[in-house]
Amino acid sequence: MPINYYIFLSIALFVIGIIGVLTRRNAIIIFMCIELMLNAVNLLLVAFSKMHHLARAAQDATAGSDGQLFVFFIMVVAAAEVSVGLAIIVMLYRNTHSVDVNFLNRLKH
Amino acid sequence: MKNLIFLIPLLPFIGFLVNGLGRKSLSKGLVGVIGSGTVLASFIISLIVFLRIDHLIEPAAATGNVRILPPYIFHYFDFINISSLKIPFSFQIDQLTSLFLLIITGVGFLIHVYSTAYMHEEKREHFGRYFAYLNLFVFSMLLLVMGANYVILFIGWEGVGLCSYLLIGYWFKNIDYTKAAKKAFVMNRIGDLGFLLAIFWIITKTGSVGYDEVFHAVGRLSQQDLIGITLLLFVGAAGKSAQIPLYTWLPDAMAGPTPVSALIHAATMVTAGIYMIARSNILYSAAPLTLNIVAIVGAATALLAATIALRQNDIKKVLAYSTVSQLGYMFLALGSGAYVAAVFHVMTHAFFKALLFLGSGSVIHAMSGQQDIRFMGGLRGKMKITYITFFLGCLAIAGIPPFSGFFSKDAVLLGAFAHNKVLWGIGLITAALTAFYMFRLLFITFFGSFRGTEEQRHHVHESPAAMTVPLIVLAILSVVGGFVGVPDVIAHGGEKLAEFLSPVVPASEHLVSKGTELTLMGLTTAVAVIAVLAAWMRYRNYREEKQTALGRLFENKWYVDELYDAVIVRPVNRLGSFAGNILERKGIDALVNGVGRLVNYGGRQLRWLQSGQVGSYVLLMVISMVILFLLQFFVRK
Repeated sequence: MPINYYIFLSIALFVIGIIGVLTRRNAIIIFMCIELMLNAVNLLLVAFSKMHHLARAAQDATAGSDGQLFVFFIMVVAAAEVSVGLAIIVMLYRNTHSVDVNFLNRLKH
Repeated sequence: MKNLIFLIPLLPFIGFLVNGLGRKSLSKGLVGVIGSGTVLASFIISLIVFLRIDHLIEPAAATGNVRILPPYIFHYFDFINISSLKIPFSFQIDQLTSLFLLIITGVGFLIHVYSTAYMHEEKREHFGRYFAYLNLFVFSMLLLVMGANYVILFIGWEGVGLCSYLLIGYWFKNIDYTKAAKKAFVMNRIGDLGFLLAIFWIITKTGSVGYDEVFHAVGRLSQQDLIGITLLLFVGAAGKSAQIPLYTWLPDAMAGPTPVSALIHAATMVTAGIYMIARSNILYSAAPLTLNIVAIVGAATALLAATIALRQNDIKKVLAYSTVSQLGYMFLALGSGAYVAAVFHVMTHAFFKALLFLGSGSVIHAMSGQQDIRFMGGLRGKMKITYITFFLGCLAIAGIPPFSGFFSKDAVLLGAFAHNKVLWGIGLITAALTAFYMFRLLFITFFGSFRGTEEQRHHVHESPAAMTVPLIVLAILSVVGGFVGVPDVIAHGGEKLAEFLSPVVPASEHLVSKGTELTLMGLTTAVAVIAVLAAWMRYRNYREEKQTALGRLFENKWYVDELYDAVIVRPVNRLGSFAGNILERKGIDALVNGVGRLVNYGGRQLRWLQSGQVGSYVLLMVISMVILFLLQFFVRK
């Protein structure tokens, strides 16, 4: 499959993620959108890795492995970040009994 | 000799430090002794220098031409040493200097002694302050005459100006006195501007300021340079020596204590201008245009001041205007090329003017502070020594032979006659006026009936010895001081002073015949005697002055002060208030405060960014990411 299709899909997923982060009020939905963005990037990395592999499989059997390695790192970071973030949301809920992000304007003071 | 010479100014300077720093702790007696003693020591050393002057310098030939011989210059240390310009701290001791040294330290010593009695009622710390300032003044004046270059002269010049300010404003709690001190200093400063410009010009054109180097370089200077330099130097002299237009400070300077008026404003500081021009005679002789201007200004000042003195009623003001007038005479002599006559008149004037001032101080002291002669009178019976010495002083200043004033004034008028008959005429009229107003002063003060209060009448008494002895000494000097300059026509070989000064100051050539000279002498004497008699007739028994228009003009000093006020003082004040209120407050302050207000406004607007809404923060993050992306891929080459 031509690489363009993967790029378009990835961009679409990424932009949906951004819009979700900017517009949604529920903190958990925002997290899901962040995950969506990360996964969009993962998809793109894997797609390019395969492209490079196909281009040079004859000389080097491990060509294109760096892309897939990087995906692992991103997944690790995503996991860590989600755990911390969810912990914060739980604390937020305990204090304000809601997960509405607009209630967080206490930073104004 | 070198070590001895620098003691001359050093001792008064030490006296200044000791009396100044110890004014709160030293007793008045000790302060007086230190103050007078240092000046006496300087006088003794000056006397030694004077007597041994021939060992220092080879005498000039009897032709009277100035040969530029290397006088004894004592180099102490390098003062200013910039690539091509060397200004050493050196003293030049030649005949002119040693004569002035004697005058300054001698008359200075007498005035110090006088002051110990006159200032007796001051509080201890102010007494000490007075003597400290007086010693500082003597130090500065000595620096002035001993300097070997224009810069050392200028240091002394500034120093005496400063001391004049300090001493005029001595009784600083009186606002009028401090204003007078300020006026003196500011007018002096205006003259100093001219002096400084002259020094800069000299440095530019000759590369040095030392007298010997500058005078050797006269041949190289263009006429323009010479006229410019000498005119600017004269501006300085006009400020210091109270000539038109910078003379109005001197009468106001009478606000200071009387011994100060005697020392500074009669005998020494005001003669600094004459010293400077006499010293620079080589420059002036090469610039005849300036000499003309000097003579005209001198004559005009002499006449103007004499007319004002005719109608003054304050004893010190009469003497002040008399000083301005006599200084005019000295400048007339300088301008006519009769440098020796000018120096001669400086010397005799120091004697009789100091005498007159100290005498007036004695009178003021006896009259418990009264200075207006309309309320005096008949003092001659009660203050015999003061009266006799004052009378001798008046005779001297009027130019009655054989007193000192006769010889010196005659020399001046002779020089003027040879130069310009009109100026001589003005000088003659002024001589008549001088005799008239001085004897008017004498008669109103000492003759007639006593016009003071009863309390003053009981208090009138002769002054203590510390005051009368200097009077007597100065009176003797006023009587015999003229015999060093007896003109050739009367006594052959009598011109001792001219001979003495000849290596430094050229004697004037004899351009008039003996007959003419004798006639002039006789004319001057006759005029003076007639004036004295006229004053005797009019003022023997005091009557109120008739109010005439001319009289009022003289009494109000020709309204010159009012003129200066309207033309100079008020516009400058307006300029100052303009700068202060408008430029400063509305211009600069607005600018500086404006910056502050701008920062404040910016801060207030930026505060809106901190809304506390997480959503807007995330939006900002996204926008920045996009911008970075664009910059990375599309803007960078």
